Amino acid sequence: MATATLDPAVDQAALFEFLLRLGDNALILGHRVSEWCGHSPALEEDIALSNTALDLIGQTQLWLGLAGEVEGKGRSADTLAYLRDGFEFRNILLVERPNGDFGKTLMRQFLFDAWHFLMLKALKGSTDRRIAEIAEKASKEVAYHLDRSRDLVIRLGDGTAESHRRMQEALDDLWAFTGEMFMGDAVDAALAEAGVAPTPHSLKAGWDEIIEETLAEATLKTPADAYMHKGGRRGVHTEHLGFILAELQFLQRAYPGATW
Amino acid sequence: MSSEWPLWEVFIRGQHGLNHRHVGSLHAPDAEMAIHNARDVYTRRNEGVSIWVVRSSEITASAPSEKGPLFDPSNSKVYRHPTFFDIPDEVGHM
Repeated sequence: MATATLDPAVDQAALFEFLLRLGDNALILGHRVSEWCGHSPALEEDIALSNTALDLIGQTQLWLGLAGEVEGKGRSADTLAYLRDGFEFRNILLVERPNGDFGKTLMRQFLFDAWHFLMLKALKGSTDRRIAEIAEKASKEVAYHLDRSRDLVIRLGDGTAESHRRMQEALDDLWAFTGEMFMGDAVDAALAEAGVAPTPHSLKAGWDEIIEETLAEATLKTPADAYMHKGGRRGVHTEHLGFILAELQFLQRAYPGATW
Repeated sequence: MSSEWPLWEVFIRGQHGLNHRHVGSLHAPDAEMAIHNARDVYTRRNEGVSIWVVRSSEITASAPSEKGPLFDPSNSKVYRHPTFFDIPDEVGHM
């Protein structure tokens, strides 16, 4: 099946790169969110966040599984997740930001969910059937993630003086990491050309709309666009990724090939 | 206002068109979030197609001490069970 569906018109190296970006975003954010397991402010939130983390890890398996297939070197989703070094990861910097307080975790989730939702919606129309199918499944999960994070951002932004202050701080702090979602390079251009994926920039208007509407309702002030951090999509990460991988990959590094 | 979220009772309707059934309770600040929380806490394993939530404080319950007067009298009224009819063979299993 793997070779039968390969479209020779698409640069396979670019496709591999693109799938790593999708898979790594889901993997690293899923890991970050899973760090809350057992620590959330309420039992209900704890379970909800764990569900989100599990959704993302499930999506990781699909994206990285397909990435391994496309690469054709026999690497599985697990191999890609557990045995790559930091510079080989392609997630955006936003998802590796530390959790901070609950408000900051939710704000990061909301900023990402809005983008994720639009990206998957576009990918449902991908010319690559395998990508369209994964997007179809994942978009239902992510529609709920967005529902939930948007709702909580509004409640906490328009909540008490303390919750408002924390949400505004989180927003101000994370804003400089949002620009990377909309920066394109040669990989994006090649895939957009083949109809496999949208250009990152084409998602910006829809994202702005979701963000502005939500932040207005949350009585939060949208920060001015200034310098935007970037690098994750080409493997240049902040120091945080190393700590994440140390925990995420520990078992397979210490006990290579260990299974249940 | 109390800083504790109020308690909600959760009712889920299963896959096969059965009635909503009480599955448990949870805390949430309002009805909308109670639905969200119920989805996350009680439908993780594909249990349901519909959720009801109701504030626990809105439920009126019978008192355990009234158990005798409420339920004992029906104990001795076997004629209320439809067990005295002869069912014709053609009806088959009921």
